[in-house]
Amino acid sequence: MSLLLENVKKSYREPNGSVLPILDIARFELKENEQVALIGESGSGKSTLLNVISGITAADSGKVTIAGTEIASMAEVVRDRFRAERIGFVFQTFNLLPAFSALENVLLGMSFSRKKPNRDRAKELLALVGLERRLHHHPKQMSVGEQQRVAVARALANQPKLLLADEPTANVDLANQDTILKLLREACAQNQIAMLLVTHSQEVANQFDRVETLTEFNKVHAPV
Amino acid sequence: MNTLTIAWKSIRQRRVASLLTALSVALGVTLMISVLVINGVIDRMFNQTASGYDLIVGPKGSPLQLVLNTVFRVGAPIENLPYRYYTELKNDPRIEEAIPFAIGDVTQKGGFPIVGTIPRYFALEYIPGRHFRINSEGKFLPSTWDSVIGSAVAKQNNWKMGDEFQLIHGSAESGHVHDEKFKIVGILAPTGTPNDRTVFVNLRGFYQVSGHEKPLEEAIRREAAFFGEKVDEEKLKALLKENASHDHHDHSGHGHAHAVPDAQKEVTAILVQMKGDRLRGFATIKFQSQLKEGNQAQAVNPIQQITWLMTNIVGNVRTMLIVLTSLIIIVSGVSIFVSIYNSMSDRKKEIAIMRALGAGRTAVFTIILSESVLLCLGGGLLGIVLGHGLVFVASPIIEARSGLLINPFAFSSVELVLLPVLVVLASLVGFIPAMTAYRTDVASTLSD
Repeated sequence: MSLLLENVKKSYREPNGSVLPILDIARFELKENEQVALIGESGSGKSTLLNVISGITAADSGKVTIAGTEIASMAEVVRDRFRAERIGFVFQTFNLLPAFSALENVLLGMSFSRKKPNRDRAKELLALVGLERRLHHHPKQMSVGEQQRVAVARALANQPKLLLADEPTANVDLANQDTILKLLREACAQNQIAMLLVTHSQEVANQFDRVETLTEFNKVHAPV
Repeated sequence: MNTLTIAWKSIRQRRVASLLTALSVALGVTLMISVLVINGVIDRMFNQTASGYDLIVGPKGSPLQLVLNTVFRVGAPIENLPYRYYTELKNDPRIEEAIPFAIGDVTQKGGFPIVGTIPRYFALEYIPGRHFRINSEGKFLPSTWDSVIGSAVAKQNNWKMGDEFQLIHGSAESGHVHDEKFKIVGILAPTGTPNDRTVFVNLRGFYQVSGHEKPLEEAIRREAAFFGEKVDEEKLKALLKENASHDHHDHSGHGHAHAVPDAQKEVTAILVQMKGDRLRGFATIKFQSQLKEGNQAQAVNPIQQITWLMTNIVGNVRTMLIVLTSLIIIVSGVSIFVSIYNSMSDRKKEIAIMRALGAGRTAVFTIILSESVLLCLGGGLLGIVLGHGLVFVASPIIEARSGLLINPFAFSSVELVLLPVLVVLASLVGFIPAMTAYRTDVASTLSD
């Protein structure tokens, strides 16, 4: 099992003091190497779910187990290290660091794990996403499609067990959408990485064997 | 990619702001280095000049003025002592060596102070264990119209062996140029003391310069008054009659020296070296207090006066300068704080990204703190280089103007403390921005 959520609840406190429930998930799982598209409308808690899974945000209650390790009860510092080594993240807005070249952005992805950053592997990953000639280009010197490919390479840098992709094609032009998606799916398949891709696009979701709708298993949004 | 590399990348990303911030630190450090180097020179100058002799004997008056005039050749002499007093001291059994100094005129070119003295002055150590060195063919004032010049004088006036020069009576403002010419027979090696900007002339020649000998009657009356003696009017008349046959003011050029009677000679100070070894200090104090009781002259321990000067004036100025430059460095530190703190709002996203990639709170805290330390240290090192560079560029000018020998690459021990102090300062000013990074809410920042 790559990912297992059990009775995960998350709510936020509003400025007026009232509690706003965001997530209430009884059970959600992702098998090893499985690729799942999760559809959710804006405000349905997609980003919060990814943050809870990655340990960026702690769940109020429940268990989050990744590759057999329960992370919700971990100390923050351990959870950060676990995230660096076991989880890859691809963001909608790429989130590359502008001061760093493509190669450095990938190396940065390796910098927070216990392993020493491997320059050769970073180059291989950039070659894998077709950017072997753009190693030393900075984000602003690259197209949005190229930037997202750097982000994909960075997410794969530490050979994670789980890749979380938050609307990875939403900011990319049509021509590049398929390329990015194909790249993600093939890379995950080749490297035996489970992938949870969050999207609001049915078209994107249709390319996956398993498609889940967040509102269907998130009790917060269940019809009363 | 380690913390320092990440911090350096961030500094480079904001290169203009970073450069300006580091420059402000560099400026503060440059000023501090300059102050430290100059301070080292002043320390050396004030601590080393007066060690070849135990006392300076001069007329009663301000002891500090006597020291400043005799040792540093600054300001006017208090008054003069009769030459007879010098000969008495020279013959005093307690005294090992007595060197007369006649200070008053300046060179026509460059306005360097003139000291009339005897060759034995150059046998004294100018600082402990250091003796005057002269150029290979140079001599220490063997003849009446001979002169030995300090290294700074030679350099600034471009004077060479055999050159001749004239003196201006009193200070440079008087404008009265003496006719007599002195010939350079020796150039001193640099000493790092006021001797470098002094022109020494043979005392005999100094007295023979027109106007340097007192009118006989005045000189005799002054000498008698100094020793508390009555003037024998009959004897005085006879002396004046005898002397009238000699023209005192006919000195067109040198070479026809006439012997000036001792009664007409005066000295501005006498450098005294006491006899003895173990009891020398005691003898010095006893001699000093003996002179204090009388009303003719005073014996001043130059080191006491210099220490007083250092403590009360030079030391205070130095402290003030160091405090000022420290304040500049602190202000630079504040500018680092402002620079990094202002950048934090732009960089929250970057920090959140790094946190999402697995960087711990401590890691991002360290990255921001490292930026502050790198800016401070970079600025500090640049400041040290610029400081010594500035002194290097300025030293010939300072040397020419003041005679101070400056080694631009002389490192002060304070410089060793400076870098750790900068690291502490950087840590202090980087702490708040680093805490901002530490507390960054990753989820909300990424969703913005």
